[in-house]
Order: sequence, then C-alpha cells, then structure tokens
Amino acid sequence: MTTVGSPAGAVRRPGTTTSAYPRYLAGRLGGAAVSLFAVLVTSFFLFRIIPGDPVKAMTHGMPTSAAQMATLRRQFGLDLPLWQQFTDYCAKALTGDLGMSYQFRAPVGELIAQKLPATLLLTGVAVVLYSALGLWLGTRTAWRHGGLGDRLHTGVALTLWSVPSFWLGLLLIIVFSVGVGPVPGMFPTGGMESGGDTGLAYVLDVAHHMVLPVLTLVAVGYAQTLLVMRASLLDEMGGDYLTTARAKGLRDDLVRRRHAVPNALLPTVTMIFINLGHVAAGSILVETVFSWPGLGGLFYQALSVPDLPLVQGLFVVFAGAMIVMNLLADLLYPLLDPRVGR
Amino acid sequence: MTSLTWTRRRASVARFWRRYRRRRAGLYGLGALVLIALAALAAPLLVGGDVQSVTHAPGTALEPPSREFPLGTDQFGRSLSGLLLWGARVSLAVGLLAAALSVAIGTLIGVLAGHYGGWFATVAMRVTDWFLVMPSLVLAIVLATVMSRSMWTVILAIGITSWPTTARLVRAQTIAVESRPYIERAKALGGGHRHVMTRHVLPNVMPLVLSQTTLCISTAILTEATLAFLGLGDPTVVSWGGMLQDARETGAVSSGHWWYLAPPGIAIAVVALAFTLCGRAVESVLNPRLGAGR
Repeated sequence: MTTVGSPAGAVRRPGTTTSAYPRYLAGRLGGAAVSLFAVLVTSFFLFRIIPGDPVKAMTHGMPTSAAQMATLRRQFGLDLPLWQQFTDYCAKALTGDLGMSYQFRAPVGELIAQKLPATLLLTGVAVVLYSALGLWLGTRTAWRHGGLGDRLHTGVALTLWSVPSFWLGLLLIIVFSVGVGPVPGMFPTGGMESGGDTGLAYVLDVAHHMVLPVLTLVAVGYAQTLLVMRASLLDEMGGDYLTTARAKGLRDDLVRRRHAVPNALLPTVTMIFINLGHVAAGSILVETVFSWPGLGGLFYQALSVPDLPLVQGLFVVFAGAMIVMNLLADLLYPLLDPRVGR
Repeated sequence: MTSLTWTRRRASVARFWRRYRRRRAGLYGLGALVLIALAALAAPLLVGGDVQSVTHAPGTALEPPSREFPLGTDQFGRSLSGLLLWGARVSLAVGLLAAALSVAIGTLIGVLAGHYGGWFATVAMRVTDWFLVMPSLVLAIVLATVMSRSMWTVILAIGITSWPTTARLVRAQTIAVESRPYIERAKALGGGHRHVMTRHVLPNVMPLVLSQTTLCISTAILTEATLAFLGLGDPTVVSWGGMLQDARETGAVSSGHWWYLAPPGIAIAVVALAFTLCGRAVESVLNPRLGAGR
C-alpha cells in the first residue's frame, strides 16, 4: 500500500526494511493494484445505495411503457443479481468499458477520452507553474525566515489558500472579462477557443483563454508547495553539514543551492506528484466556472442530472489518477533518497 | 488526588496560553473568530429570523448597496447583509460539526490502532492509507450526490472523507506515549486496555487533536462552501456557498453585480484564514520544532 500519502512526507523508519529494490517495487505494485480494486468496489456499491430506480430517474418526464422500461433495464444489466452485476462491472472496467452515460447516450469511456486533453493541458500548466513558484518562494522565505519578506509571503499565501477557488475565478471574470469601471474586458469569460483559428493563431487563442483559469489555480494552489518547502528547508537548516559547508568557505547561495535545497526537496517531490494526481480532480470548480471543456466541467454536468454512470466513471478515473501518481512517487523516491526502500 | 490533577491541568493551560499569546498571527485569528462567533450567535437579535423568507422580502430584486440594505438585495429582494449574517450560523455549524466528526473518527482509529497493534492496526492503517490517497473532494461530492440533500449529509460527507490525516498523527503519538515507562507501571498495577487508553493515552494526544481540529475546521468550511456552490447543499438553508451559487445562477457575473458576489467569498476566506492561523499557532506552541509560526 502506498504510504507516501501525507503531504508532509512519509513517516518511515529507515533501516527497518532490508529488502532490495525489486521487492520494494513488487510490494508497491501489489498495493496499488489492491487500491484500484478497492476503488472499483467502492464505486460499485456507493452507487447502489441510492434509493429509487435508476431507470425511472433516466426516463423522468418522458412517457415510457413498462415494456420499454424492461428493455432499458436489460440494456443496462439492471435485471441481473447484484453479484453478477458486480463481476460484469469489474470485468468491463478492466477493459476500459465504464458503461453508458444516461445523459449523452454515449460510452462513458469515450466521453472521458474526449475531454481528457483539455484538462491535462489546463491543470498540467497550472501544476508546473505553482510548483515552481511554491519551490522558489518557499526556499527564499525559509532561508531568510522571520524577516519581512517571509512574513509577507507566508501571509499572502495563507490568505490565497483560504479563498474558495470558484469565488476567485468568478471575481477574475467580473474584473478582467466583464470589466469594472476603467478596466476593460481583456480576457474571454470562458471556453477554450473562439473557433475558426488555425496554426499559431489557434495556439495563441487557447493561451489567451487559459490565462484566467491558470491564474486562479496557481493563486489557490502555490501555498501548499511553499509551506512544505519552507518547513522542510527550515528542518534542514539546523544540520551540521551546512556548518561544515560554510566552514569550507562556500558562499551563502552555494550552501543553499548545492547543500540545503537538494535535501529539502525530497518531501516536496512527493507532494508535486500528489498534486499531479489531483490534476483531474482539482480542477472541477475552476473548469465549471470558466466553462473549460474538460473532465471537471463534465463532472459538474453529470452531477446536475445526476448522470450516475458518468459520475461513477469519472470517480474511478480521478481516484485511479491519484493511485497511479502515488505509485510513481513511491517508485521514484528510493532513487532520490537511498535510505528509503532498502 | 483529583485536586492535584486539576491544579496541574490549570497550570499547563496557563502555560499554553502564555506561549500562545506570543504568536501575533494566532491572536489575530482568535480575535476574528470571537467576533464572528458572537455575530453569528446574535444574528436572531440583530436581523430577526425572517431574513430568509422569500415571500416577505423587504426590498426589490437585485438592488445595489444603499442605506437600508448595506450590501444590496438578492433576486428575491432579501437583504444580503442579513443573509450573510445568517449564513455564518450555517457555515460555522457545518464546519465545526464536520471537523468534530472527522477528528473523532481519526482519533478513535488512531488510538485503537496504536494501542492494539497487530493485524487490527495493519488493516486499519491500510484503510487509512487508502482514504488518504483518495481525492477527498471528489469522494465528498459523490457521497453528497448519492445521499439525500440535507445539512447532515454535508456534515457526514466531509467527516467521512477527511479523517485519515488525524488517524495517522494520533496513531504515531499513541505509539510514542505507550513506549514510556509509566504505561508499563499502569499495566503492572492492573490497568486494563480501557484504563490505559482513556486515562493515559487520550489526555496525551489531546493537544495534538486540538490543533488538528482547528486546522480541519477551515478545510471543512471550504468544502461546505464548495458543495453548496455545486448545488449539493441543503436547499432549505442559506449558507455562504449557497449564496455564491444563487449569485452565479442569477447572472451576477455577466451583469457585474460584484456586491452580490464579493461578501460571501470574503466571509469564507476570513473564517478559513482565522482557523488556519489559530491552528498553526497552536501547532507551533505544542511543537516548537515545526517552525510553522515563526
């Protein structure tokens, strides 16, 4: 099972495990497989506690005969016993078949595959930007901790972190898209493209549409990286090896860059991977507010119906992304820190 | 015996307060919370219970701020300042109860897993790790979708998805406490599992639980606002997240009605920030090595 879940770094006791890397690898892979199976089980049974008949909900407001209902029930496999529905569901999920959406009358897997690139683009850019910003500011604030810059940056980051992302997005739309007073509307209110552009113009158009959503995600997200980096560097700063490095006569910024920061980066690496796992789930609100054509917006559309197979499929994808990213962090960690996993 | 215990406890609370007083950010947070809590408690006296009534609304729809309505009115003509004050009760209540539930589950599992160890701890910690990996907002949204719309659903959805961090911290602390000699002495004198857990372990993990609760509340308030914004909150009560959803649905964004949109968001941010500042101050008092409050 993955143990690097906590953002503050793993609680591990070095030296208690004696296995070599292959054994560690096998353990992690097995753990991830169990986690994925648990996600399938949860998603299946969670959506079975809903009172009421899914077929009735699906045909709500439409005149449907009993025969048509029975056909639909057979089509969605709802007439089979529960255990058989479950084994069918697992078998299908393993081949990438996540059922049919009630709302769009299309396979859930296909819908998700269509919307995935937009989400990867938006949140990928945002995660890279806020990780870089958080690392840079976290290093600076910790190195000069207690100073004015430290208090200012920590304060601003904590404040932005407390702001609901969807609210910040709405405000940015009002100020920069609709325009307030002397400020003209500079950016589009939503969507991903204006349409009709090709080549470079298309790229620029998409970038223009991305400015506000990326800004929102970065503003709300960088605080966590900053705080983890700051705490982890503060932890290292008491280390004797830094005194040694200084005694050797190294300049201050060399001590920081070559000695302190590489060690302090370790817990942060785990966190960046976990943030990458959040790539899909983290953008639900921002995509909704900016009508970005990605998975988050699709999730919101599915919720308002509610289109249960689609909600279920997206839940599996979001949770699966987290598990895979955690697994990658776990696999990478022993390569960065030789004390782990031996 | 009891009086000695109480003298000691009073002394340690006094020591805690002396150290807490030195964190300026923590004091600001505490001050803000006291003010907001008083305002929320006094809401029925200040604005009366009928601010939420749609049929007896005092103003016309979507008025800008004026003398009578300091923050303007909503689409039904209700006073937004009254709704904002009333919404504080819902947001704070949900935040506090959800955090209490989450920390209670986390503490229970953490203490049991730390105390008993063995296969029980292995299973409990695997479950904890699994929940830790899950994207908690997505899980909370899914839970709120499949259950009926009510305040209790929201509390339950937040509580069930946010306990794992507490469980891990409490388990580690329990193991640390139980390795001390006085636990062995208590066991030698005939103290059973229950005695050790409730009389020795629990008082020692309480400070950690306190700081964890404070930090948890701000997350819970943000999650509540998010769920309400997505339309998964209780439709019969007005919360800050619900106000934002109403504002968006009545087109406050495209028509530039900033006075409808700004106050609830600021209120959420202020309360969440205040709880975070308090939590970090408590954490740095209890564990000066963390350096969080410096």
